[in-house]
Amino acid sequence: MKTFIKFCSIFSLVISIFSQSIAAEKVDYLETDWSFKGLFGKFDRGSLQRGYQVYTEVCAACHSMKYLSYRNLSEKGGPEFSVEQAKAIAASFEVVDGPNADGEMFTRPAKLSDKFVMPYENEKAAQAANGGAYPPDMSVLVKARGGGVDYIYSLLQGYETAPAGMILDEGVHYNKYMYGNKIKMSAPLSDGIIEYGDGTIASVEQMSKDVTTFLMWAAEPHLEARHRMGFKAIVYLIILTTLVYYSMKKIWSRVESEV
Amino acid sequence: MSEHEYRPKSKVGQWFNDRLPLLTLANHLTDYPTPKNLNYWWTFGGILTFCLITQIVTGLTLAMHYIAHADMAFESVEHIMRDVNYGWLIRYIHANGASMFFLAVYIHIFRSLFYGSYKSPREIIWIIGIIIYLLMMAAAFMGYVLPWGQMSFWGATVITNLFSAIPLVGEGIVTWLWGGYSVDNPTLTRFFTLHYLIPFLILGLVVLHIWALHVPGNNNPVGIDIKKPSKDTVPFHPYIVIKDGFALLMFMIVFAFFVFYSPNILGHADNYIEANPMVTPAHIVPEWYLLPFYAILRSVPDKLLGVVAMLSAILILAVLPWLDTSKIRSAVFRPLYKQFYWILVADVLILGYVGAMPAEGLYLLIARVATAYYFLHFLVILPVLGFKEKTIPIPLSITEPVLGGNPNLAMAKKKESKIE
Repeated sequence: MKTFIKFCSIFSLVISIFSQSIAAEKVDYLETDWSFKGLFGKFDRGSLQRGYQVYTEVCAACHSMKYLSYRNLSEKGGPEFSVEQAKAIAASFEVVDGPNADGEMFTRPAKLSDKFVMPYENEKAAQAANGGAYPPDMSVLVKARGGGVDYIYSLLQGYETAPAGMILDEGVHYNKYMYGNKIKMSAPLSDGIIEYGDGTIASVEQMSKDVTTFLMWAAEPHLEARHRMGFKAIVYLIILTTLVYYSMKKIWSRVESEV
Repeated sequence: MSEHEYRPKSKVGQWFNDRLPLLTLANHLTDYPTPKNLNYWWTFGGILTFCLITQIVTGLTLAMHYIAHADMAFESVEHIMRDVNYGWLIRYIHANGASMFFLAVYIHIFRSLFYGSYKSPREIIWIIGIIIYLLMMAAAFMGYVLPWGQMSFWGATVITNLFSAIPLVGEGIVTWLWGGYSVDNPTLTRFFTLHYLIPFLILGLVVLHIWALHVPGNNNPVGIDIKKPSKDTVPFHPYIVIKDGFALLMFMIVFAFFVFYSPNILGHADNYIEANPMVTPAHIVPEWYLLPFYAILRSVPDKLLGVVAMLSAILILAVLPWLDTSKIRSAVFRPLYKQFYWILVADVLILGYVGAMPAEGLYLLIARVATAYYFLHFLVILPVLGFKEKTIPIPLSITEPVLGGNPNLAMAKKKESKIE
């Protein structure tokens, strides 16, 4: 029994050391307190809604988010816009549908069931419009980068003038947190670039935090449900384990042996 | 064994049992005499059965929603994660379940190494186990390819390319494996088929593994043969059932933490980028449980010899019962072997660590030394140790050291409890 506990703690220690040492390069990312971390982590609803605003007004000009639908915006555990708001958001986009009875394709306002409209027809068009670099799809971007939310949050604030002696090509920018420090995307955020509906001051830091929160939700739309269920599951397991432990002790007391 | 005299009480039971002795089998499984001194390292057999069944059940459910096509696989996984009811839960259990499965199997294997469970008369159990382990690695590797992320694609490319090291026919074999001239849709569909098939092969082998176990019965921490049934044994039910159940629940708590609170920590971020044959990731790394073998592969400068070394590292285990010349099973009574055992554990962990690091400079040197030591352990140390080592006298039965008496035996018991 004691060995078992000892083993479990050693194992978790090894895992944490391992995962930390393997986690790409040791970069000190900017820190902020994320409301969705921890046992009971939940998204900050206001932050998600503001984050959606940053996404749609800034990022969506180049970045697609092809695995999300407009209905997701009103679903539980997300930004939780009202169904009417989500419908209005959807209706502000045009999608190509068809063919109709005459065999013609036609455009119509988007519905809740439609996927987020993409800024470019395809990857090649996106590359052509962005000097050869493809602005990655943002649906699971947070999970597709080693540093996760901290990396994205830092990257958005990591634009600086290149150190002396570093030669940057046309259309390449210096970013402290980018792999190799060279990034094709120009600094997307600047103070006051958008005006928040809820009156929050749109500083670069605030926008970075909001949009990163939004991206985290986009990548893990069921995060809140997962945390809720996880807590219940683990409490249940601990109670059951305790009961089984005492049953085991009782049963084994019949024989001359230790458990 | 006593179960041969077993007769069901009811008339219907007798009628049925005479035609198909399922009740005799059930009786054998519940009465099965088990050494009463088994410690918690022995609970991992049950835990592994749980892992296998969990993987099969979650896997079947995922297969109902997954689409094995190069253009749709990634999207269908996202569909599972977003729109399938509790799809995220099922997928995270399956993905982390693979890691848990390997964690448990490594403990199971190293338990066997410590207590000499592979020795006569249990060689066949051990060899079946090695085959299961090989199949597990194949299943896990192919499963990792299915989401069709960057690591899936490039991992598949690297591993299948290993076959090109075979002289003369290598290139042809690789083309045949791929079903084309690169990893592509045909590769994905066949990997899916095989990934679906292998767990059922494993299931069949697990039945043989347990069957073979039930012939000589369990080894035990003291490593001596015991009389069955006797004062040294307890019936499997309820004693071992409840103990295995308790250990399984502890294991499930760890499992649940991964699934619910850090479901992606054991995976690689690049696998959330859809496969792109035009872009090679900076570092191509396999999943953690294959890292020691990856390190061995890369530590040999020649491609063919690297592949041979990697395969030998696994296959050498199959002949372990004959490489270990010592008649004493348990490391408790083998003071020298015990030290070499822990060095081997450290060696494998080091190999795993350098396997995750770039193969250059100091890492490469460490990998080479650790690889050399790995083979040295099995090919030189173990055979020689059997002849040279001065072992501690072993007790005659399990109950004897418990009750004490002989000072030698008391010492042996003390040693044993230290291990526990």
